[in-house]
Amino acid sequence: MIDVAEAVRNRMPAVTALAEKISVRGLHFYYGKNHVLRGLDVPLYAKRVTAFIGPSGCGKSTLLRTLNRIYDLYPNQRAEGEIIMDGKNILAPEEDVTLLRARVGMVFQKPTPFPMSVYENVAFAIRLYERLPRAELDVRVEQALRRAALWDEVRDKLGVSGMSLSGGQQQRLCIARTVAVRPEVILLDEPCSALDPISTAKIEELICELSSAYTIVLVTHNMQQAARVSDFTAFMYLGELIEFDRTSTMFTAPRDRRTMDYITGRFG
Amino acid sequence: MASSLPVARPALGPAFRHWRAFDCGFRLVTLTATVAVLVLLVGIMIALIKGAAPAFAAFGPHFLVDSSWNPVIEKFGALAPIYGTAVTSFIAMLIAAPLGLGIAMFLTEICPTRLRRPISIAIELLAGIPSIIYGMWGLFVLAPVLQNTVQPVLIGLFARVPGLSALLAGPPYGIGVLTAGLILAIMVLPLITSVACDVFATAPAVLKEAAYGVGATTWEVFRHVVLPYARVGVIGAMMLATGRALGETMAVTFVVGNAHRISGSLLAPGTTISATIANEFTEAVGERYGAALMALALILFAITFVVLAAARLLLLHAGQQTGQRP
Amino acid sequence: MKRYRARRRRNAVAVSVCAGATLLGLGWVILILLALLREGRSGMSLAVFTEMTPPPGAAGGLLNAIVGSLMMTALAVALGTPLGIAAATYLAEYGRHGRLRHVVRFFNDILLSAPSIVIGLFIYEILVAPLGHFSGYAGACALALIVVPVVVRTTEDMLLLVPDPLREAAAALGLPRAAVITRIAYRAAGTGMLTGVLLAIARISGETAPLLFTALNNQFISVDMGSPMASLPAVIFQFALSPYKEWQALAWTGALIITLAVLALNVTTRTIASARSRK
Repeated sequence: MIDVAEAVRNRMPAVTALAEKISVRGLHFYYGKNHVLRGLDVPLYAKRVTAFIGPSGCGKSTLLRTLNRIYDLYPNQRAEGEIIMDGKNILAPEEDVTLLRARVGMVFQKPTPFPMSVYENVAFAIRLYERLPRAELDVRVEQALRRAALWDEVRDKLGVSGMSLSGGQQQRLCIARTVAVRPEVILLDEPCSALDPISTAKIEELICELSSAYTIVLVTHNMQQAARVSDFTAFMYLGELIEFDRTSTMFTAPRDRRTMDYITGRFG
Repeated sequence: MASSLPVARPALGPAFRHWRAFDCGFRLVTLTATVAVLVLLVGIMIALIKGAAPAFAAFGPHFLVDSSWNPVIEKFGALAPIYGTAVTSFIAMLIAAPLGLGIAMFLTEICPTRLRRPISIAIELLAGIPSIIYGMWGLFVLAPVLQNTVQPVLIGLFARVPGLSALLAGPPYGIGVLTAGLILAIMVLPLITSVACDVFATAPAVLKEAAYGVGATTWEVFRHVVLPYARVGVIGAMMLATGRALGETMAVTFVVGNAHRISGSLLAPGTTISATIANEFTEAVGERYGAALMALALILFAITFVVLAAARLLLLHAGQQTGQRP
Repeated sequence: MKRYRARRRRNAVAVSVCAGATLLGLGWVILILLALLREGRSGMSLAVFTEMTPPPGAAGGLLNAIVGSLMMTALAVALGTPLGIAAATYLAEYGRHGRLRHVVRFFNDILLSAPSIVIGLFIYEILVAPLGHFSGYAGACALALIVVPVVVRTTEDMLLLVPDPLREAAAALGLPRAAVITRIAYRAAGTGMLTGVLLAIARISGETAPLLFTALNNQFISVDMGSPMASLPAVIFQFALSPYKEWQALAWTGALIITLAVLALNVTTRTIASARSRK
């Protein structure tokens, strides 16, 4: 049993000025007539890991999907309110969604390698934004795969289909693909829930490394993972934000009764 | 490792301006194609109506019940072809329906698993054979057999039975309405079998196991568990097959005898709508002749449209019941 | 006990009847294929592929018919496949929740089973009568109208099988909607879509009725699609119903060729499908 407090203290960030990368203000979300997010206000700090925890159905994945407007693909889902990133409201209709998704990358719960080779999976993403000569492309692909801690395992088989890798490798491939386009924010939707413990540990290590350069938003149902990996934690319940605090404080001295109950396992 | 993570904003902008145009254009193209499919169907109806108009103008609704067909004096009536189409399809369904259901039951309930795929593939081969080949086989292989063996037997057997003797009377030509019905039966058999198999497979396994568990025999499970589930789907399959049989051209043209008359006997030659059109269209001189054939096509299209639409609706309903698309 | 025996008897009867039906069904397949092989094989020779259709009473081949069929089939596929794929793309990607989809699917399924002779007459009305002559182009258009519903149905089914998370992952990278479809969805559904095209080709290989009033027939070899064009099914139709022995023999050979082509296409389709599911 991991000592949560100890793990949290080890993750205490150095004293640097906290800047709000994304501010969610008064966010409401509807699936058709279903009101699933109720007036959310939460700050997401730059180059930190913010974790969202809460029982199933509390809306944490829904919130994540508003941050890169992936819900736009579906006609009867809509959002109201404001999400300010670098001074602009990304929910505004005139906002360019494609550009937004270049800056905000997403990794899904189930690994989704494209039906192409390992190399092509990463190169495809890079080629969307930059036209590079083959030599430079090779370098970028290698960089991305190294950042995702996958290079050593695939360096000899870059040509095999992405779908023939193991689950953990596929997920790291998706992470490599996401960082290859050099985003500013990375969203992770329960990235380890489909993986074995060893792959999970590797990816958690990866998240810690990536957080020094990217703003990370993590949704997880595993509280210990949130404690291990994040700087800030938000607890959500039934579509509302119950509590938001530094992880160390949240897990040792939560303010709200419901947070305490959830963390100690009384429900959820 | 962490320090070598440059986070530069990618160079964007100009590349994406034409993505937006491509996006809109692509969506427009696909939407146009979809509407085009609809337009085609409507276009077919309009073209047929336009082509058939002179015939209806000349003969009026009497066209549908007139059995004469005389190109010389330009007097045409649709009754003989309609009768032939109806009778051949009816015979086909009479034979193919129980056969198809029987094969479907065999494949889903009785057949050992190893044999299931090969047998269903073999039956599906029947569906792949083009109809003109059925026509040739019917004319050169089946018809002589019927003429020399089967039909004399039938005639002799029922000669003294009061009702059926008229139905099976006359010289054994080998070709005729009965032969056409037989060929059609073989052609729609694989369709019935495959749709019925799909429909029978939707019966929940747990229910079947529960029935077997109380000691029901295979036949009883099929009759009391599978069939009720499949009722609507089976009817849909029958209608689909009927629609197919109604429109079948080449196989029927070879063996139906091409005689424009309505005869009481099934062994006599007759004609169907599609056979008439296939045989006579290219030699039809005179506006009325061509228009009469077009009118026949319009009638055929209308009948098959109604039957197929009803079939699809039934199958949709059956699929909704079980959550699948047949 | 008596009741039980009666039940068992009924079951045995039912099972044997069904088994009998299956044997009967299989019997037809074997009979037809055997007859085809027997009659068609004797006429099969190199001449069939190198000489034109002969006048009555002389020997010859089926070259013009084969060439005509190949050309019209190729054009039909070239016309019908893009239209079918485009329509299916809308149905599966953009219009998935709309009313238009139900209507189009319904009518497409009807078009799929509509009598092909009616399609031939339609093309006659719009491409032959106004222009005053039969042509290979008209024949290809009629065949294309048969290709379209097959391609629409199979492509739509295949695209719907592509899992949504894959599309979302591509969109999350910043890929515009159209590119998600063309670069990812098509690629994932690729082999399935190919199967649909092969099935369509198998279907039109044996179609006679649509060609009777559009491409008509041509005794001589011709690659001019603007004039009447021979095709295997049309030649078989003419030769089989004639009283000449040589013509009938050629008709059987032609029938064998078509059947072999259709069976080969079906086998290819099955191999592709099972290779895909094994992967």
